Amino acid sequence: MTAPVVRLTGVDKTFSRGDQLVTTALADISLDIAAGEFVSLIGPSGCGKSTLLRVIGDLIEPSRGEVIVNGKPARRARLDRDYGMVFQAPVLMDWRTVEDNVKLPLEVLGWDPARRSARTREMLDLVDLGEFRGHRPYQLSGGMQQRVAIARALAFEPALLLMDEPFGALDEMTRERMNSEVLRIWERTGTTIVFVTHSIPEAVFLSTRVAVMSPRPGRITKVIGVDLPRPRNELSRESPRYFELVTEVREALRAGGGLGLDDEIVVASAERTMAEGGIG
Amino acid sequence: MSAAVQPLPGRPTGAPATGRQWLRRLRFYLPAIVVFVGVIALWEVAVGALGLKVFVLPKPSAIIAALQANWTSDRFGLLPSFRATMLEALVGLAAGTLAAVIVALAASRWVLARNVLLPIAIAAGAIPIIAFAPLANTWFGLTNWFSKAFMAAVVVFFPVMANVTRGLVQVDASAIELMRSYAASEWTILRKVRIPNALPYFFTALKIATTLSLIGAIIAEYFGGQSLVLGRIMVQSASALRFDITWAAILLGAIAGIVLYLGTVLLERLVIPWHASVRPPDG
Repeated sequence: MTAPVVRLTGVDKTFSRGDQLVTTALADISLDIAAGEFVSLIGPSGCGKSTLLRVIGDLIEPSRGEVIVNGKPARRARLDRDYGMVFQAPVLMDWRTVEDNVKLPLEVLGWDPARRSARTREMLDLVDLGEFRGHRPYQLSGGMQQRVAIARALAFEPALLLMDEPFGALDEMTRERMNSEVLRIWERTGTTIVFVTHSIPEAVFLSTRVAVMSPRPGRITKVIGVDLPRPRNELSRESPRYFELVTEVREALRAGGGLGLDDEIVVASAERTMAEGGIG
Repeated sequence: MSAAVQPLPGRPTGAPATGRQWLRRLRFYLPAIVVFVGVIALWEVAVGALGLKVFVLPKPSAIIAALQANWTSDRFGLLPSFRATMLEALVGLAAGTLAAVIVALAASRWVLARNVLLPIAIAAGAIPIIAFAPLANTWFGLTNWFSKAFMAAVVVFFPVMANVTRGLVQVDASAIELMRSYAASEWTILRKVRIPNALPYFFTALKIATTLSLIGAIIAEYFGGQSLVLGRIMVQSASALRFDITWAAILLGAIAGIVLYLGTVLLERLVIPWHASVRPPDG
């Protein structure tokens, strides 16, 4: 096996105010993510999964432990622009057109204008938004805005894509479509993806592995390999193996004490999907 | 996925309006125009019918006549006064805005500057600053127009600084994280995120500031100085019981305020066509 793209060793994160310890967000996190993997971090609200993603991206400093990204310390990796990031909100700049939003990182990286334009066109074609390059963000639907954000994150060809509940604000149907879209992009670009979600079906459908986290202090209680055949499509969501894996993730969450009220609702929706799939 | 596309605005920003749109616009403004003309007509008729003396309320026609008669007269020359007051207000507006933006940039960049400047600015903003007008006259010389521009600048400073600081600081936290993920410098974040984010706040403040700059200049003029300025004309004509001229000067002050305001609105449309307050409605 080649060197991992992400290597977390004994990572703790505590938040304190003054001398006083307020919360322990992450406790003893160790995880290796290989090149080309699609790893989901799943856990109840407030379990620190978004914090963990930001620790990988060097947007939050860990209190203890080692974070290696692309074979170097996380700080160095950020300064080298080794990862792209997609947030729950698209975070598009209102004052820029779709095209100029995708160009933003390329401007920061100092690419020359011709190369910027060519690359931007390529990325917008990748997410199927070529004809919307002159539009303003407010003229696009939520799903389209998030695709612009993905194009922007991948524009400078980072080895790693960090996604923080990117489809959490979308309706169920758009979310499923975006899941297929992100899989297609992942298969085409070969980018390693770390994906934070609290949706069990989403995690199972997308991932090569699902890392299940416990409530605060967040620990990785179980890592479940997803052996669903690829390429995955809508039929994958109806296969018996898919339901087994959904159940396995759910049980891991429950064992970790990670099923609060919110997550019961997610599970209920997954079970409903299962029932419908079973009939079909 | 194109089914998810929302309807686009009927007209791209900046494109010329068609005849039908002019008609729609006219229909929109018609009630306001009718009411305005109606009030002026009622005023004209009522003053005559009630036999009001000119020092209580002159007829609109008398005000217009006074405006014409004193357009360039030696004693109450309204045109040179209008120009002089406008110059004071504009210089004050520009200087006050520039100073406010510089301080706001410093306050947004350095926490220490923010902690020192903002409480002082807020406290100073609560002072009825216009009360300093007589002092400004003694500082810069009674007949020096700069004393009036200075007062205009002072009243403009606080709302602009407070608003622009807010616009620079209240940036979506994710946008800052995004820029940090690109290893962008503070300077780059300022140029590419904070300043564009602050522009709508800036224009909101500028609209208030245009009116304030005129108030600052005219009030400062009340306390003395060269005689051909709107504030002096108002004071002098009133004490000479020429209230028709006082009203003519007030009319010019109102026109100056509206012109400055509309200029700001135009500038806003040109600079931030993307903002929700400016862009055409969807659909």
